[in-house]
Amino acid sequence: MEAAGVSTVAARQRLARQRLVPYLLVAPAVVVLAFVFAYPVVSLVVDSLSSPGLLGKTDHGLQNYQAVVRDPMFRRSLLNNLRLFVAVPVMTVIAVLVAALLFERVRGWRFYRSIVFLPYVLAIPVVGIIFSYMLQRNGLVNEVLRGVGLDALAKDWLGDSGLAIWSVWSAIVWQQLGFGVVLFLARLGSVDPSLYEAAMVDRAGWWARFRHITLPHLAPVIEFFVTLSLINMLSWVFNYVYVMTNGGPVNSTYVLELLIYQSAFRDDLPNIAAALSVVVLMFAVVLLSVQAYVRRRIERMQG
Amino acid sequence: MTVRSRRSGGLGPVTALRQVPLAVMALVVLVPLYFLVVSSFKTSADFAASPLGLPRHPTLEAYHKALAGHRIGLLFLNSLVISVSSVAVATAFGALAAFALAKMRFRGREPLFRLMLPLMVVPPIALLVPQFKLMSALGLVGNRLSVIVLYVGIMLPFTIYLLRNFFAGVPDELLEAARLDGCGTLATLVRVILPLSGPALMTASVVNFVFAWNELLISLVFLQSESQRTLVVGLTLFRSRFSLDVPVLMAGLAIATIPVFLVYLFGQRFLVRGMLSGSSR
Repeated sequence: MEAAGVSTVAARQRLARQRLVPYLLVAPAVVVLAFVFAYPVVSLVVDSLSSPGLLGKTDHGLQNYQAVVRDPMFRRSLLNNLRLFVAVPVMTVIAVLVAALLFERVRGWRFYRSIVFLPYVLAIPVVGIIFSYMLQRNGLVNEVLRGVGLDALAKDWLGDSGLAIWSVWSAIVWQQLGFGVVLFLARLGSVDPSLYEAAMVDRAGWWARFRHITLPHLAPVIEFFVTLSLINMLSWVFNYVYVMTNGGPVNSTYVLELLIYQSAFRDDLPNIAAALSVVVLMFAVVLLSVQAYVRRRIERMQG
Repeated sequence: MTVRSRRSGGLGPVTALRQVPLAVMALVVLVPLYFLVVSSFKTSADFAASPLGLPRHPTLEAYHKALAGHRIGLLFLNSLVISVSSVAVATAFGALAAFALAKMRFRGREPLFRLMLPLMVVPPIALLVPQFKLMSALGLVGNRLSVIVLYVGIMLPFTIYLLRNFFAGVPDELLEAARLDGCGTLATLVRVILPLSGPALMTASVVNFVFAWNELLISLVFLQSESQRTLVVGLTLFRSRFSLDVPVLMAGLAIATIPVFLVYLFGQRFLVRGMLSGSSR
């Protein structure tokens, strides 16, 4: 402790500067985040409540939302996002089973792990283009089907309005499955091996070990993967659709993201696009809240 | 069958049975990649005759065509500049913020950190229109800076989250010792914390690089002149011009995939670590 008055002032100044340090450290990141997220969110909400034709004023502020909800394309797009949601349980079940198999050190497990993860690092447009060519009328898939005598199954995978969204679906599952496998496998690697050894001594079968050791340990990671995948299906599928079908045939593969993109950049309806964006954001918030609830439940179950 | 032989993976009926689903899965994963690679070594006549088989006369013709005249080199360079600079800035800003969040007490620390997780899942398209208006007000549309700023913003939540959790594990005694040696805040970060955080920095960089290299939407909207386009955008548009010459298109895709494939080969464990850290608490 300094006794002299002058050095007390200096010490106080130093302390004040010390207090400032953490704010200076977070400042660059906070400025970028404000620029990229905070301002756009505020601006989005304001835009969604106003209409450009009426000098920024609407009768009751919700006209854009009404227009969105009445638009049949909105319902169709939402329905397609929900169809993509179906991929999540499918991917989760397959990925958990594959991870459990690989974890038992099946011959060649490292090879399988590397292979299944490979699609995940490819650019989505690359995946989309490859699948578009494979799924063409005379593409590889139909050639193979005809080759083995299953001509009836050879369909116009991307040209048929009933099938196209499921073709996009399959490209997404193909690319994202490996993420789940690798995630689950890494989590299993940190499970105490003595648990499995004890189960072996007790002559517990594969299913019993899976049910009582593997699944409970995976529960938090499964919850993470499911949430992340649902959010992906809601808000990161634009690239697949844009590259593979661009919404067609006859608008059958529109998803919410594509509808936002087209409203904003093709139809020049920024306020409608803003209202749609707010809807998607709220959807994401709901998913996150459900996840937080499920996480609390899992934590309580595991004590 | 005894417990022991089951564990050692001998070729008993049960073990052999386990290979079946895995082999099917490997096949399903590999067929599209086989299609990509094999088609790129065919002539277009060869491809038309047999889209499925091996090339009858393997040739680099498609690669020559893809590289000649269509400025793939330039697109490649554009992608590299944007990816590397946004990864560098995100890592620097992220490390500064993570240091404060991990090791200092200040008002607003907890809410700021708790904001990172929800920011990671904001749908990018939802904010595109206001971001576009903001950038055009600043005259930055068509400037690489706009894309870099947006990428940095999208990378930061994950980067901060990961680095903060890693930095928190650095013992306080080391920071105290550095302070007694006369190190200032920045010197402590650069000389003490960062050298201990190699794996976390590597993970963040690998995950961020793969994101930036593969990103389509933002670069499509913000960089409209042909000379600034990134590789992924270029290929998506290139596709409509070359939709008839599949081998050339596939060669272009293969070239675009080389950098992320290298990252996959050498950075796989960092990618996996990064994903796990996102699921831990």
